[in-house]
Amino acid sequence: MRIKIALKVNGQQKSLEVDADRTLLEVLREDFRYHGAREACGAGVCGACTVLLNGKPVSSCLLLAWMADGAEIETIEGLAQGEKLHPIQQAFVEEGAFQCGFCTPGMILAAKSLLDQNPEATEEQIKDYMEGNLCRCGSYPKVIKAVKSVQAKMGGGQGAK
Amino acid sequence: MLSDFEYVVPDNIADMCDVLKQYGAEARVLAGGTDLLVQMKRKGVQLGYLVTGRSLGLNYITDGPQGLRIGAFVTLSEIERSGLVRQKYPIILDAVMKMASPQVRNLATIGGNLCNAAPSADLAPPLLALDAEVTVFSQSGERRLQLEDFFLGPGLTALTNGEILSEIRVPQLPPTWGGAYLKQQRTAEDIAIVGVAASMLISHNGCASNVRIALGAVGPTPVRAVKAEAFLEGQLINEEKFKRAGEIAREECTPIDDVRASAMYRKRVVEVLTKRALKEAASRSLALSS
Repeated sequence: MRIKIALKVNGQQKSLEVDADRTLLEVLREDFRYHGAREACGAGVCGACTVLLNGKPVSSCLLLAWMADGAEIETIEGLAQGEKLHPIQQAFVEEGAFQCGFCTPGMILAAKSLLDQNPEATEEQIKDYMEGNLCRCGSYPKVIKAVKSVQAKMGGGQGAK
Repeated sequence: MLSDFEYVVPDNIADMCDVLKQYGAEARVLAGGTDLLVQMKRKGVQLGYLVTGRSLGLNYITDGPQGLRIGAFVTLSEIERSGLVRQKYPIILDAVMKMASPQVRNLATIGGNLCNAAPSADLAPPLLALDAEVTVFSQSGERRLQLEDFFLGPGLTALTNGEILSEIRVPQLPPTWGGAYLKQQRTAEDIAIVGVAASMLISHNGCASNVRIALGAVGPTPVRAVKAEAFLEGQLINEEKFKRAGEIAREECTPIDDVRASAMYRKRVVEVLTKRALKEAASRSLALSS
C-alpha cells in the first residue's frame, strides 16, 4: 500500500509516495541519500537513527514514514551552512568528541535539541537527556565536554570542565 | 523486516472501533509504535492493518473536579512537559523520567504503555497507587474499569476485540497527598527489574491513611501490596514501620528468574524499594502539609 506524504527535510519541502511499511530512517537514507542517520539496533535503543522531528529527537527506525507526514525533519546533513559548521559540530571537532563517528550524528542532534530547549542544562541534565545515544568507542566524556564548551561560548551553561 | 500491511486512519473513535472489530487479530492500534514496531521487526508479529489514532483528539491532559484526565495518545514527553502533572501528580513524572530515552518518549504514549501490558510497565505502579481508572470505548459505548482490573497477564489486558483504551483518569487528590515511584534498572534505557510506587496521606497527628503500594515487574501483572498497605493504614509512621512494610510487600510478589535478575534478588529489592518509596512519599506529603 502506497501513501503520498509531504514533509520538510532540512528546510526543503519534499513530496513523495512511500510504501506503508517503510520507516522514516529508510526513506531518509534511501530516497534522500541522507546517510548520517543509521540503523544499528533497529529497536529505538542505540540512538544512531536519531533525527529531529519538529525540533525533538526521535528514533527514526521505529517511525513509519507516513507517520511523519506534515513534519519538519532535521538531519545532521542540514546543520552546517555550506562550509560553516554548526557550533555543536565545531565543538565536537575541537574536543575530539568522536572516534569512529558512527554515533556522532545522533549525538550532535540530541545535543542541539537539548541546548535549544535548555541552554543552561547541568552536566547531570546533559547526561540524562543524551542517555538514548550509545557510543561503542566510549566518546562520552568528550561529548559532554563538547556540549559544555558550546554552552560556554553561548554565554550560558554551568561552567566548562 | 516488516510485513506488508495497510494503514487505516479513522476520523473518530467510533470508526476506529468498527475497523478493529472488522479486522480482528489482523489489526492493531498504532500509537507511538515504540513497542509495536519492535515486535514487528524482532518478535515476528505480522499484521494486515495498522490503525492509527492520530486524528482522534485523544491527546489532552486536563484537570477538573473529576480529577486528572489523560487521553490515551498523549506522549510520554507531553506528560514530562506538563506543569499540571509536575505540580499535582509528581509520582507520574517519577515514572516517565525513568522510561526509555528522549527519542522514545517523544513517540511513546501512555495508552501504549498500558495496553502493551508488560509486567514492568513503569506507568502502571504509579497509576495503581493513584487509584486510576481507564475508559474503554467500543461499538456499544463506553465502560470504565479500575486499572487494577485492566491487566490480566503479561501482555494481556481486559480489552476485547473492537475495544480501545481512550482515557486514563485519576481521582482528585487531597492537597497533602504524597507519592513516589522508584525503579531498579541495570542501565539507562532499561526496563524495570523492580518498580515500586507508594503513596499516602499523613494527618496532622502523624498517622498515615489511604496508603497505597504498587509493585511492577515482580509478577505476571503489576500488583498492589495490599497486606503491606493494611499494615500501615492508620498507623503512626516511622522508619521501623516502613521497613516492616517492605518485608511484608516482599512476600506479596511473585517474581521470576530472567535475564535481568533472579526472583530472589527481585524480592530483596522489593523490600528495599518499598521502604524507600514509602519514606519518600511520606516526606512529600509532610512537605505539603507544612
